[in-house]
Amino acid sequence: MATLPQAFADLEPYADWALPSERDRFAKRLASSMDELQAFYDAAFTRLCDGVEYLKGVSLDDIGEQDRNLLWLLCSLVTVSFPVEVWRQPRVPDSGASSIDVVVEPVP
Amino acid sequence: MAHFTKPAEGSWTEHFGLGTEPVSYDDSISPEFYEEERDAIFRRTWLNVGRVEQLPRKGSYFTKDLDAARTAIVVVRDMDDVVRSYHNICRHRGNKLVWQDYPREDTKGVCRQFTCKYHGWRYDLAGNLTFVQQEEEFFDLDTSRFGLVPVRTEIWEGFVFVTLDPDAVPLARYMGRLGADIEGYPFHLMTQKHTYRAEVASNWKLFIDAFVEFYHAPVLHAKQATEEESRKLQRHGYEALAYDIDGPHAMVSSWGGMSPPKDPSMVKPIDRVLRSGLFGPWDAPDIGDLPPGLNPSGHPAWGLDSYLFFPNFMLLVWKPNWYLTYHYWPTSYHTHIFETSLYFVPPANAYERLRQELAVVTFKEFGLQDANTLEATQMMLETGAVSEFPLCDQEVMLRHLHRTCRRYVAEHRGEPSRTTVRVPAAS
Repeated sequence: MATLPQAFADLEPYADWALPSERDRFAKRLASSMDELQAFYDAAFTRLCDGVEYLKGVSLDDIGEQDRNLLWLLCSLVTVSFPVEVWRQPRVPDSGASSIDVVVEPVP
Repeated sequence: MAHFTKPAEGSWTEHFGLGTEPVSYDDSISPEFYEEERDAIFRRTWLNVGRVEQLPRKGSYFTKDLDAARTAIVVVRDMDDVVRSYHNICRHRGNKLVWQDYPREDTKGVCRQFTCKYHGWRYDLAGNLTFVQQEEEFFDLDTSRFGLVPVRTEIWEGFVFVTLDPDAVPLARYMGRLGADIEGYPFHLMTQKHTYRAEVASNWKLFIDAFVEFYHAPVLHAKQATEEESRKLQRHGYEALAYDIDGPHAMVSSWGGMSPPKDPSMVKPIDRVLRSGLFGPWDAPDIGDLPPGLNPSGHPAWGLDSYLFFPNFMLLVWKPNWYLTYHYWPTSYHTHIFETSLYFVPPANAYERLRQELAVVTFKEFGLQDANTLEATQMMLETGAVSEFPLCDQEVMLRHLHRTCRRYVAEHRGEPSRTTVRVPAAS
């Protein structure tokens, strides 16, 4: 069964990025190589404009599972945009041992 | 090379009469001074512990560890819709009354009464002791004398504050002129909340220092802008639109050209597509009229007002109609827990949720850089190799914060000080 809406079937290979918590999205980023992040970014960023138009028509109150997965996948794109567009590494530079963890976040 | 007008005295620092000499950071590396701060500051001021939205109905409660103030409390909306706080201790033998699994972790929930896990003593939400297990085994037990110990609780603009000082001035007066300036802001409309927490290896004041000056931003966060933009930002440096100080509190009003940027190439590709970023989503929701105290200089390039309500509560109101809070909860002289919550108008659709996510996550990337810098600062301050540090005019709020802390401590010691801490006048 498809994880994502039909129109975004080309992103199915990256469906493991559809993670509902920022904590998990950030952990997956740190556990990935730059090649993996770049591959996901390239595939998802190409579809971002379509994703924006699609999600504009999606209400959060009665959001379906596939739409929800698309939202989480694009939230992961946001998470990996920093290493790919700015840092050139998975970690925030000079962030050393520090961590900032989410404790309250909206669902979805 | 001033871009924005300064006061007639030539600087903000001199305008507020804070002196221009280098500043000692002994107040940030001393276990003894921290112990004094706990009594002189954290047990004497109003502390923000949350918002009314965390107590949506009768019986809603949350607990809050106030280690710096030497206690832990439970805050509850009682059956008469009154928000009350109590020391979180059972009157029988001192067990922590409300907790789940881990005594040192905060919890929340909804209940009709509090029941102690140890011997089953029960209290109603107004704090009365209502049930004692095997009451007949006790000796002349007057249950009316064994209610929960209340903590003074007042609400300002939906923010719940407590104080351990029975003689503290009423909260609205404590918030002073700066508080009055933003009264009426529609905080209640912004119920979409993201909260982050970090354990930081520095004195609590050092993180406030980092967030009450933007002098560091063009340098520490240089890589977050495009290269060309970054060079331009460093060349210009940073100047605030305006500063203000009232009693122990202070604020900075800043420009914010990034929401939206003048030139889209200044920001990251994903920011351009989602029309969002560090300054929030670029298309602001309609929230009606705003209080006249915002953007005190009336500058068209205004981006945010950032308030420090002494001692440890910061409130940042952003031009694109959202706000965030910072709290710094000391756990020792060189450690503290940092909490930040970002509040938005609930998204109308999934796209708006996505662009709020970008604002939140951008903030986290900046925060991670800031937090690690603090550990590096604390480490070297503690060497004592250098004891005095020059602060520039854009660091006027730091100068005021450390001075205010030293004055509270001096006053608590009973030392005569040239100028006593001024409680804000009634507005």
